[in-house]
Amino acid sequence: MRVNPKYTQWGAVTILTGATIFTILILVFIIFFILEKGLPVLGLSFLTENPQEMGKAGGIFPTLIGTIILPVFALLIATPLGISTSVYLAEYTKETRITKVIRFGTDCLAGIPSIIFGLFGYIFFVITLGLGWSILSGGLTLAVMVLPTIIRTSEEAIRAVPNSYRKVSFSLGASRWQTVKKVVLPNALPGIVTGIMLSVGRSIGETAAVIFTAGSSLRIPSSVFDSTRTMAVHFYILAREGISSENAYGTAATLIIAVLFVNLLAYYTMHRFIAKRS
Amino acid sequence: MNIKFKIENLSVYFGKEQFLNNVNLEIEANKILGIIGPSGSGKSTLLGALNRMNELEPHCRTEGTVLMDGVDINSSTYDVINLRKKVGIVFAMPVPLPMSIYENVVYGVRLSGVNDKKKLDELVEKSLTEAFLWNEVKDRLNLSGLRISGGQQQRLCLARVLAMEPEAILLDEPSSGLDPISTSKIEDALNQLKEKYTIVLVTNNTKQAARISDNTAYFLLGDMIEVGSTKQIFTAPLKKETDDYITGRFG
Repeated sequence: MRVNPKYTQWGAVTILTGATIFTILILVFIIFFILEKGLPVLGLSFLTENPQEMGKAGGIFPTLIGTIILPVFALLIATPLGISTSVYLAEYTKETRITKVIRFGTDCLAGIPSIIFGLFGYIFFVITLGLGWSILSGGLTLAVMVLPTIIRTSEEAIRAVPNSYRKVSFSLGASRWQTVKKVVLPNALPGIVTGIMLSVGRSIGETAAVIFTAGSSLRIPSSVFDSTRTMAVHFYILAREGISSENAYGTAATLIIAVLFVNLLAYYTMHRFIAKRS
Repeated sequence: MNIKFKIENLSVYFGKEQFLNNVNLEIEANKILGIIGPSGSGKSTLLGALNRMNELEPHCRTEGTVLMDGVDINSSTYDVINLRKKVGIVFAMPVPLPMSIYENVVYGVRLSGVNDKKKLDELVEKSLTEAFLWNEVKDRLNLSGLRISGGQQQRLCLARVLAMEPEAILLDEPSSGLDPISTSKIEDALNQLKEKYTIVLVTNNTKQAARISDNTAYFLLGDMIEVGSTKQIFTAPLKKETDDYITGRFG
């Protein structure tokens, strides 16, 4: 028996809307839960003071520094490397078995649990290269971790640029590199930035890969060879060791607000860039 | 008679399929050559052979020679980038690059390293005027090239080629998607431009070829059937196939 499309349409709309609302509710609930517990602790002094008694009292200032410096360091390495690789894969090679293997490899790397990267970073950067628990080791580990994401999202973004743009550029006497620089990359930028933002989010929230490689020192680092502690690691230690759940939630709230802020900033910048070009 | 392109025994293949079959053709300078024929007859492939755009497609193979001013453009020492600067092309679908009208026009010139603001300003006005577009866009040169109408976009694409100050202009069905008014503006532009440039116009519209081309060539299934003055082709074609096509009995 054929059901009247009017009813199936109604059913589809109900299910789709329901799923969307349910997803958003979960998200709102988590954020609300954390902020409710964290916001009372949060204040200017919490952000600017040094922690006392391992974080039981005082603020989280050094972890703020760690949370900024590690992802920045990682992204400074991973972004140029990742974009270059994706340009090479998308623009400079023909589709062969080797490119397929490279793509499969990056897909696999993107799916590896971060603690494996932490272990690798510990063995390779910390021990073998003798970099110790440091911003250097942590940043390099995070860079390796987010590299596949950047490569794959950038490659997809580059492939999505219409071929007619390339054809026009070549027909006006552009070399391949000029075409990449002036037409392909500017048009792929929104997609590339999305990949970078995902990576920033992952690096900010990363615990396992960082605790093994950057350590958990609460001192303010004076060079890239010093150990540091990120907010995520701080939260983990405060909660795990039962030091202070108030301060743990305060840290979590700060973390959520920071990620939100970074994403809004990126969204706003991107929006202005696109509006200018189209 | 001044010959710009001399095509000898030209055959072009994409993979195993042959798109042009042993074509011999001379293209006169400062004239409009109209190329007519049903789709799939190799018209666009011929244009692609004149500025080597064909080789961007995978598995392209070219046999025979194309001489421009007596020089073989397919020789290994010939600079293809330089060739494309001298032989500009306007495609069937207008493709403005996603940047301002101004930047679209100077795209090719900037590639050659010209960045002097005054020089660029002059070029933009001159090219847009020659393409019959200046009056419509002169107050909004910073508007994105994507925001103007299809007919204006196609004239922008023409202006973009003119700004390079090329020697020859290839047009691949430039008015196939345009309204009659835009089409007539493009045709007006071409009529004036032939004094300075060699123009090759591929068109699906035989009337357009009859209106503005000096010479006309008829292509069918990769073969060049016949070439001659437009008047002769349209009034007294030598081959039956040509007659069938222009009188509408075929194609």
